[in-house]
Amino acid sequence: MTNLLQRVLPTVQKPARYTGGEFNEIKKDLADVRVRVAFCFPDTYEIGMSNVGMRILYGVMNRMDGVWCERVFAPWGDMEEAMEKHSLPLWALESQSPVKDFDMIAFTIGYEMCYTNILNMLRLAQVPLHAKDRQGLKNIVFAGGVCAFNPEPLADFVDFFSLGEGEEITPEILSLYDRAKAEDWSKDQFLAAVSQIPGIYVPSFYAHEYAPDGTLARVVPSQGAPETVTKRIIEDLDSAYFPTKMIVPSTEIVHDRANLEVFRGCIRGCRFCQAGFSCRPVRKKSAHVLYRQAVETLEDSGHNEITLSSLSTSDYRHLKELTDAMIPYCADHKVNLSVPSLRADNFSRELMQRLQTLRKSGLTFAPEAGTQRLRDVINKNLTEEEILNSCTNAFAGGWNNVKLYFMLGLPTETDEDVLGIADLVYKIIQAWKEHAVNKKRGLRVHVATAYFVPKPHTPFQWEAQITPEEYLRRAKLLKNHFYSKSIEYNYHEPDLSRLEAVFARGDRRVGPVIEEAMKRGARLDGWDEYFSYKTWLEAFEACGVDPDFYTVRGYGQDELLPWDMIDVGVSKAFLLRERKKAYGAVVTPDCREGCSGCGANCLLKEVDCDA
Amino acid sequence: MPRLLFEKTGKAVWISHLDLMRLFQRAFKRAGLQLKHTQGFNPRPSVSIALPLSVGVESRCELLDFDLDGQDIQPEEILTRLNTALVDGVRVLQVYESGRKLRDLALLSCVVTLEYDNGVGADTADAIEKLFSRESLPVSKKSKNGPVEQDIIPMIRNLEIRQADDSTVEIHALICCQNPSMNPMQLSGAVERYLPEYRPDNAVCRRVELYDNQETIFR
Repeated sequence: MTNLLQRVLPTVQKPARYTGGEFNEIKKDLADVRVRVAFCFPDTYEIGMSNVGMRILYGVMNRMDGVWCERVFAPWGDMEEAMEKHSLPLWALESQSPVKDFDMIAFTIGYEMCYTNILNMLRLAQVPLHAKDRQGLKNIVFAGGVCAFNPEPLADFVDFFSLGEGEEITPEILSLYDRAKAEDWSKDQFLAAVSQIPGIYVPSFYAHEYAPDGTLARVVPSQGAPETVTKRIIEDLDSAYFPTKMIVPSTEIVHDRANLEVFRGCIRGCRFCQAGFSCRPVRKKSAHVLYRQAVETLEDSGHNEITLSSLSTSDYRHLKELTDAMIPYCADHKVNLSVPSLRADNFSRELMQRLQTLRKSGLTFAPEAGTQRLRDVINKNLTEEEILNSCTNAFAGGWNNVKLYFMLGLPTETDEDVLGIADLVYKIIQAWKEHAVNKKRGLRVHVATAYFVPKPHTPFQWEAQITPEEYLRRAKLLKNHFYSKSIEYNYHEPDLSRLEAVFARGDRRVGPVIEEAMKRGARLDGWDEYFSYKTWLEAFEACGVDPDFYTVRGYGQDELLPWDMIDVGVSKAFLLRERKKAYGAVVTPDCREGCSGCGANCLLKEVDCDA
Repeated sequence: MPRLLFEKTGKAVWISHLDLMRLFQRAFKRAGLQLKHTQGFNPRPSVSIALPLSVGVESRCELLDFDLDGQDIQPEEILTRLNTALVDGVRVLQVYESGRKLRDLALLSCVVTLEYDNGVGADTADAIEKLFSRESLPVSKKSKNGPVEQDIIPMIRNLEIRQADDSTVEIHALICCQNPSMNPMQLSGAVERYLPEYRPDNAVCRRVELYDNQETIFR
């Protein structure tokens, strides 16, 4: 007879994402396992399996003796319905055992709008949502990822957060748990001990007090927990663990290719970018190590495409050496080499020609702002001249397709800056008219604008978000100035970005809103099919929380920020300096031109910052 | 062009046809077997599967044609190497130099298992037997343009009902699988549509063997 899951699978879309059984999946004999970890990605299989961090940590945990880490993903709506109908609790792929049977439940969180997925997955797993309702050592919930750099919105639900890069800290956590379980510790005993591991934040050990005006007044640590928690980093990427035997999904995922991270950190310092600051300092990886890992990964996985990824791959010092080695290998083995997020410099252009990626994708620029003044404010070191030069070259080479990404609502933005976007687009159209060799098919310029979301640990962390109405006014103003048929303009709806702003900078008081929204049906908010702004507004209303407090209010420069006890390496003094320079439209040169003293190098003990 | 016979069972039955093609392309690469690529703007490794299999259906008789790029490797070697590179549930049973022309493939033997959670009723097998002895039996079939009605009786060469145990009835059938073709799931579809009182709680389908029009095993 078939089991329940086998009966449910024929009724759902893409059933292979719920079964496990892929190449390189790790199975262990339960008799040898002392610590079972359900590693949850709060989005679908296709998104989660594309995440390199999850793949690294899956390897890190499973190479530990006595530990078995299995994967869990958020089910799509049809599967969730079937699970509810048949009371089928959420399961882990490898063993197909219910998540509620696991010792530890780990989440990796990269995006604020997956917070409802976290709660919904716990609910579907039939695990209590609130940390205080989970007794004993069973089902300890911990989380990491960039969103953990402001953990407060999830403080009620997650037992502890692991900050920064996980290769070293994760085994420390699991070893401690192994001991706690063997010695039958209480949960409090374990949390007290885990809070002593550098990089661990246990929210229940910090009491939050608010001032009458609603701002955070005091954070009081207890149980010997540290006043600030500093994120962990890997100093030497060459010797760091990297799994070259990765799971190869049997069904198509979003990034269906091998992925190799060439370095960590960023030298650029774009003032709106959270990763650019929170992933510092810059640490290199040697070209020969990368080449070896690339070949091993490709030969083991059978992938026909590999991506060299990082926050800005053009800034990888040994890019020429690495690509010189990889291009012939890839040609011989019929593998596509893709190098995304290249800057518009000469070497990158030449590299793009060699890779022939232009042929496929056309040109994409993210000037983010329309005028040089505003680009200087945000420290986006991309000039109009560079954009027009690249476009001219591409048009002369026969390309007729350009994509441009901008943000609206950046600090100090005026209507002049908004219309500067239109000016830039018309200059590109003019360049096409003058230089295009193939005008028959016409030119396509895709312009997209996003609604600026201020993020913690950036120089803009104090800024107010403009109102959704103002954002729409600016978007429409811009639209009215696009009258060429060559332009296709899309602006993001403001609803999602407004919520993102709330949760990016939210404190503990937004936790109940997430729970309320989830109970009212919010989930998979990153998917248009599911996102319901109305549900969210009702949840805010029901909880008596005003989203504007976290968005259009802006945070005072002297205000205690909910994420102030988290140290990502970059100092607050540096962020303030950068904020001041932004207001003066003064650029900060990239770290290679001169160290701007962000402070992240203090995280390094054995090596120097490689910026 | 070389051909291989493989089976798809267990968890692998949930892999779709397109995903299975990709899975094989990668397995060949992992096995160090370089596939010839199609010519053109977007070269693709050349593998093709004879009869696309529906998701959820098990099979012991899948055929895949492939073309290696200049390598001279013995069929046994290909079989061994591929089987270490494949996932659980997908297993190569046989590799050979070249097979018969696919247009000669005509018949498929299959088993449809009907599961009755509360036990098989005493007259169930008879009722099903009787159903398939009708003159015509229109059943709907999924197609590109939505469901279409199809009379399946002319496409059933022979059919046998067996009660396997207390809770399962099996339909063993030899059916047309090419020009025209029917889907084995239409057999359980017919039971569900015409015998609602004998509607099974679940139906599972399995491909067993392929034949030509003379009922000789097709390779």
